[in-house]
Amino acid sequence: MSDRTVDRVAQATPVRVARKIRGLSDRAIAWIFISPTIFLLLAINIFPLIWTIQLSFTNFKANRIGREVKDVGFRNYERILTDSDTWLNMQATAHFLFWTIFFQVLIGFTLAWLLNKKFRGNDLWTTIIVLPMMLSPAVVGNFWKFLYQPQIGLFNYIVSWFTGKDPSSFEMLGSVQLAPWAIVIVDTWMWTPFVMLICLAGLRSIPDYIYEAAEVDRASKLRQFFTITIPMVLPFLMLAVLFRGIENFKMFDLVVQLTGGGPGSTTELTSINLKREAFEKWRTGYASAYAIILFVTVFGLASIYVKALNKVKQR
Amino acid sequence: MSDFLSGLMRFRRGPWEMVATILIAIGVFMLMQPFVLWAFTYSFIVTLIGTVMFIVVSHFPE
Repeated sequence: MSDRTVDRVAQATPVRVARKIRGLSDRAIAWIFISPTIFLLLAINIFPLIWTIQLSFTNFKANRIGREVKDVGFRNYERILTDSDTWLNMQATAHFLFWTIFFQVLIGFTLAWLLNKKFRGNDLWTTIIVLPMMLSPAVVGNFWKFLYQPQIGLFNYIVSWFTGKDPSSFEMLGSVQLAPWAIVIVDTWMWTPFVMLICLAGLRSIPDYIYEAAEVDRASKLRQFFTITIPMVLPFLMLAVLFRGIENFKMFDLVVQLTGGGPGSTTELTSINLKREAFEKWRTGYASAYAIILFVTVFGLASIYVKALNKVKQR
Repeated sequence: MSDFLSGLMRFRRGPWEMVATILIAIGVFMLMQPFVLWAFTYSFIVTLIGTVMFIVVSHFPE
């Protein structure tokens, strides 16, 4: 069957093209096939990156094209890295990053551990838990905005039911103290299922005979958990932490929908600050330097992520 | 520990990747810590050195 297909392809190829192809080496044909991809990669990824690096050393403003562009050396980097406001934005990002990862790993692992036990309706529960992850961040941001409404929001009513406080006495998105926690809650709600799925994959990869051997050695359930389950799931957990760390470091859409960086700049994460510098203040050179700083950080974290991924693959 | 040091001396990938990873982790911590501004100022250079080192040493033999 395959010979006939090959024959048909050979017959369908115009004689002039066939002669040309016959004259080419396998290596040349391979290059012809991959060159469109390489060209696209260069055009979409590499060229903008090099251009951004170049712009980061200038005072270029994208809304004033005709203006003379001066080379400012490392001044943009110096200004960003000595600016206390940028430092505060980094701290807001760190708060968001630390607590989201902490809660996602804690709840995600617990859910995975529970779902790993065989019980009726296991698959149905897995599907229900995974649902938030499948929604668009814009949709999630919008409906959590309604849930957080002080007058009609369900969240405030649930909190008031537990604490006895008046539901309209606190504003999750309008308070300086509560807004950073409001975005942590939403991100945790949305992305815990992802961590759970990775942990579940790790838990299901542990062979039963290891637990059976531990049972024979009369190891308690607690000891089995700390000496078998945790060490064997750890590379998967590490993977989940790195993946969520990189994603949340770049978090933009969800937080913009929820708070827009406010109140004040309490929830202004680095990506929101970068967008403001680039497209509201139009300080393109400065924003390019900012983007390079974030890029190097994410690239460094991604390198560790790839290393962790290879470790998991080797298992 | 001696394996780690000899790996460093013989330019082996594993220990050098470990050093680069630690540098990146320190750089990211310095970038986000709320304690001292000077650590934030030097965080980028530490992360950059770690990242470039990681790219270079990942080509070392195992």
